[in-house]
Amino acid sequence: MREPFIRTVKRAELSPKQTAALRLAALLLALTAGGIFILCLGYNPFAIYGTILSGSFRSGLAIQAVVKIMISLLIASLAVTLAFKMQFWNIGAEGQIIMGAIFSSFFALFCANWPRVVLIPVMVVAGVVGGGLWGLIPAFFKCRYGTNETLFTLMLNYIALYLIAFLRDGPWRDPANPGFAKIATFEKNAQLPKVFGVHIGWIFALVLLAFVWVYLKYTKQGYEISVVGESQATARYSGMNVKKIILRTMFMSGAIAGIAGMAQAAGSDATLASGVAGGVGFTAIIVAWLGNLNPGSIFIISALFSILEKGSSVVQSNFGLSTDCADVLQGIILFFILGCEFFIRYKFVIRGKDGAGA
Amino acid sequence: MIVKFLVAAVLAGTPLLFGTLGEILNERAGHLNLGVEGMMSLGATAGFIVGYKTDNFVLALLAAFAAGAFGALIYAVLTVMLMANQNVSGLTLTIFGIGLSNFIGFYYVGKSAEGTLKLPERITAQMRSVHIPVLSDLPVAGELFFSYNPFVYLGIITAVVLGFYLFRTNAGLNIRAVGENPAAADAAGIHVTKLKYLNIMAGGGICGIGGAYTGMITNGGVWISDCVGGLGWIAVALVIFASWKPVKAVFGSLVFGAFRILKYYVVKDIIPIPDAFFDMLPFLVTALVLVATSMRQSRENNQPAGCGINYFREER
Repeated sequence: MREPFIRTVKRAELSPKQTAALRLAALLLALTAGGIFILCLGYNPFAIYGTILSGSFRSGLAIQAVVKIMISLLIASLAVTLAFKMQFWNIGAEGQIIMGAIFSSFFALFCANWPRVVLIPVMVVAGVVGGGLWGLIPAFFKCRYGTNETLFTLMLNYIALYLIAFLRDGPWRDPANPGFAKIATFEKNAQLPKVFGVHIGWIFALVLLAFVWVYLKYTKQGYEISVVGESQATARYSGMNVKKIILRTMFMSGAIAGIAGMAQAAGSDATLASGVAGGVGFTAIIVAWLGNLNPGSIFIISALFSILEKGSSVVQSNFGLSTDCADVLQGIILFFILGCEFFIRYKFVIRGKDGAGA
Repeated sequence: MIVKFLVAAVLAGTPLLFGTLGEILNERAGHLNLGVEGMMSLGATAGFIVGYKTDNFVLALLAAFAAGAFGALIYAVLTVMLMANQNVSGLTLTIFGIGLSNFIGFYYVGKSAEGTLKLPERITAQMRSVHIPVLSDLPVAGELFFSYNPFVYLGIITAVVLGFYLFRTNAGLNIRAVGENPAAADAAGIHVTKLKYLNIMAGGGICGIGGAYTGMITNGGVWISDCVGGLGWIAVALVIFASWKPVKAVFGSLVFGAFRILKYYVVKDIIPIPDAFFDMLPFLVTALVLVATSMRQSRENNQPAGCGINYFREER
């Protein structure tokens, strides 16, 4: 048989510098592609990109808004990172965020008269428990019956979403607002305090960032996660309790997402809105993947995405283009980065060029 | 009342049917494409805008198909050629597709004089229920079977054709082999890459038509952002419910269509179940089906074995 015209072969490992250069090139290509798209609509891409940047930094208030967007995105990205390191496809951060928010909102709504030093920690713990349990369900069925976790976590997202709708329309409905079904605004006592103008969720985020970094890099449990991710057979052979590791890790993944939900509800929204997760759980997956599951890179990328998000709202008011352009650009960037990962590990060989023929 | 309910269930199930059929083709080719929602959104915008501009139903359908197939092409290039992670690629396609769809819709709304987009008269008339002489006038049966818009019939025909293709033709046998074990299929001389591209793109196109339904019919011909609204995810779920069989998908989408509209037909005074529960139902049922199928572990009704794993030729 003739050798195919183009074939794929593994390449020798690239140096970190070359890898970084390749990723940077992909990012630039993505921005160029986005620019061409903007150009096709009849706008100046430099003006749009410029507005995204300047719009995010034009005032202290704008920067605070960026940080607010970033808090839940960063925390959720860290949450899915733990699961992804284990090759457990937790697409359910969205639902885990919601469950964390629901659990902590219970205390915010019905125990608002507790002293604040007690109430806020209790709400954090509630968020941890809510998100963690919601993450534990798919892990349990995965371990017990091998249930496909991608699809199962996906379904749990929507179940959680409609749970909010149920609470909003029924038991938790704000009686002070008869015309319009919503959940009451939290009392000041149950809202997260502010430090430097932004609710303390940002401190949670930084603490969790350090925690996940240390946990994955320096602890035995973190090491176990990566072994299970590489090969469950190896993990089992070396005497690890794979099921226990999966259950534990998914509880933590869900729990961290739950903290994101708690911070969003008690910090930014000051109520439990049905948009409390608002797609962050999905964007977090992109962020974690773009960041190569490395907490440091995830920090940078979630910052970039938050700038993109905030900046595109300024683009909407200045140019009349929808904020959805943030999603479009995020998608394009990830398409290019996903594509470039290939060239880090493989290369194309054109027939006759490589000589050897194998 | 029951006839009305069934008719409404068929209508509510039709976009689901298209999405499910498209995803079945993808998964049969060994690719768990989580981009259904995105491909449907792309199809919705393309179908709507082309329908709005040209006032031609067939062109709108073709555009919707092409847009869905375009989304699928991005996914195929990433996962088939560049071997990127399927879950992440699919999710990105969803985010990208919804974003682009809303973005373009918003752009045209901004340019329109009235501030809304409404499909013109002629195309709306073309999309109205098909009236078949004699048959449509039958009592009960006429309303139950012959009172629908062209999409419904197109969906059922697509399902039957796909069922025939997958289980009664050589090409279908080949694609099923690719989905189960690409290495073995390759060794048997099947052109794995080509088949994957073709099936993924055809699947994306079918999803696109389902999207066009939500864009052009569901809201009475007026453009609304986020018109697909999660149906793509239900379709992904329905694939499991239909155990990867196109003809079963017709039944499945009827059931899930019924779930979608059930809340309008239950007398609330007798059975006080909150609306949110009904909205949750499709997802709850799918979760249960997922668990149940994984407990039984029957080979026949399982996901194609190669699904989710990219195929690298030189690593057999």
